[in-house]
Amino acid sequence: MELKILTYIVVGITFALYIGIAIWARAGSTKEFYVAGGGVHPVANGMATAADWMSAASFISMAGLIAFMGYGGSVFLMGWTGGYVLLALLLAPYLRKFGKFTVPEFIGDRFYSKTARVVAVVCLIIASVTYVIGQMKGVGVAFSRFLEVDYDVGLYIGMVIVFFYAVIGGMKGITYTQIAQYCVLILAYTIPAIFISLNLTGNPIPQLGLGSTLVGTETYLLDRLDQVVTELGFSEYSTTERLSTLNMFVYTMSLMIGTAGLPHVIMRFFTVPKVSDARSSAGWALVFIAILYTTAPAVSAMARLNLHETIKPSDTNQELVYAERPQWFKNWETTGLLKVEDKNGDGRIRYVADKAENEMVKVDRDIMVLANPEIAKLPNWVIALVAAGGLAAALSTAAGLLLAIASAISHDLLKGVLRPNISEKNELLASRMSMAGAIVVAGYLGINPPGFAAGTVALAFGLAASSIFPVLMMGIFSKKINKEGAIAGMIAGITITLLYVFQHKGIMFIPGTSFLGDMGPNWFFGIEPNAFGAIGALVNFAVATVVSKMTPETPEEVQELVESVRVPAGAGAAQDH
Amino acid sequence: MASQNNDNSAYWQENLKLLAKLLVIWFVVSFGFGILLVDFFNQFQVGGYKLGFWFAQQGSIYVFVALIFYYAKRMGDLDKKHGVEEE
Repeated sequence: MELKILTYIVVGITFALYIGIAIWARAGSTKEFYVAGGGVHPVANGMATAADWMSAASFISMAGLIAFMGYGGSVFLMGWTGGYVLLALLLAPYLRKFGKFTVPEFIGDRFYSKTARVVAVVCLIIASVTYVIGQMKGVGVAFSRFLEVDYDVGLYIGMVIVFFYAVIGGMKGITYTQIAQYCVLILAYTIPAIFISLNLTGNPIPQLGLGSTLVGTETYLLDRLDQVVTELGFSEYSTTERLSTLNMFVYTMSLMIGTAGLPHVIMRFFTVPKVSDARSSAGWALVFIAILYTTAPAVSAMARLNLHETIKPSDTNQELVYAERPQWFKNWETTGLLKVEDKNGDGRIRYVADKAENEMVKVDRDIMVLANPEIAKLPNWVIALVAAGGLAAALSTAAGLLLAIASAISHDLLKGVLRPNISEKNELLASRMSMAGAIVVAGYLGINPPGFAAGTVALAFGLAASSIFPVLMMGIFSKKINKEGAIAGMIAGITITLLYVFQHKGIMFIPGTSFLGDMGPNWFFGIEPNAFGAIGALVNFAVATVVSKMTPETPEEVQELVESVRVPAGAGAAQDH
Repeated sequence: MASQNNDNSAYWQENLKLLAKLLVIWFVVSFGFGILLVDFFNQFQVGGYKLGFWFAQQGSIYVFVALIFYYAKRMGDLDKKHGVEEE
């Protein structure tokens, strides 16, 4: 009871803070709504970018995924950080120099075509909506567990808060709220990690603890973990690949170029004053992200070890008696994320790799972060803080994504194509209305989720990788790619990626509609659907190059535009037009 | 106008050279050490970490951060050298 009240208080305080900031910094003009007025300090933008981009998947799901994949989970760690190198070196400074409001706007101008702009909008919406589903699920999980309400009800509460928050804020409000959310989520993530590292290894720095020996022994933590899991028949932690070397390579590449191609992240770099700020701001963003991302693998390994130690403590080597299971175990059974079936009827819990014998019939990956403080017996305020952190991560990313979707609809479709003469006031209204629509769609898909949070998110990266990243990069680094090439490239890239995913996962993820069945042997070179974005990107590059060769050359004035985005001189603040 | 164009193309070429160098490092620490050559590097142990595993879950990320700041610094110098920095 005390924990519940504490959680309500902590979550309540953070929500009051966000809403307070959103009201204080509400957007009064389209420039404020889309790019926060264009005067955000690069370090502040770095912090906001970190919150914008570290989602419920990063906070709640990633450590759990790695906990069960071991080395194979490295694809997420490298993939979701390495993309910032591409963003900083290949895209952000040039797009900042271009100095407009949205990503499709650059594509429309660079490829001198409204069609290209509309195709970019469609790609953006597909990728961002897929991504937002993962956030909605994260909100539902966090609410249902910590505030003890149904998943569906939790999701509705989340929708209402996101609605209020994203609609008022605009980019200006979102920026300052995200900075607050970053502080909440990084504290919530690192504090339990420090305690757990201290408990297990005596080293308070999780990054070092992961490479240390266990308290009171000469055994390294990772060696002990390898030993425990292999004895139970699971694959070795520190070496087991994700399917194959090729699959890991392609998956990592997909996540990297997907990160660099995600419009809600790119947009954040339109808010800094100068081109040089865009470069350093990407560095700051990665510093703030790396704090969580280098902690996560420590949390993964330590949580996995703790879980096995709970069910079969190494000092007694006896399986846990079900009736004597700890309180956190019962709590998570109530939420349905943990499920035990006493198959051999001995009243003890048997947790092994062999499916016929295993009695832990459900261990949701998300538990590894959410239940971590309880498993490690940390004080209640830490548990309450983790709840607030998970919600901060989900809300900040949802807000960023909704802004990307809303601005694509109101600025690119409505003002850019359908109603060029729309007044600023009406454009602002339209943007807020399209946000509302996006929230409803995302909420519906969150209640019928196509997979666990990180799975959905990984797909969004594949879609951004195959459609948006290649066309932006070609637009900056090649003058030869023309309108026809860009349009054909984007369509080919996203189509082949979507087809590959639908073929294996079902059309729109409806089970039973996959036309070849989700079977490993049918995968192209053994590449899993979530990893296919890099292949889609290659197709995009190839199609765009070939089509550009066969069609009329890029006009002179567009070549001059490319010249001008390549040099910082002459950049102003993001301009209206 | 013509001379300014020449300046810009020299600037662009230097930028491309720098980019190529840094992207090679980006590729080698992650895809190289962390994935393709992981078994080789796992023969070496740093504390409790197998080295390949360390690159995949820790080291590559630290290098990524350093790469971006180094690029920002070098480009700042390059902007000044070619007189294309912002006012």
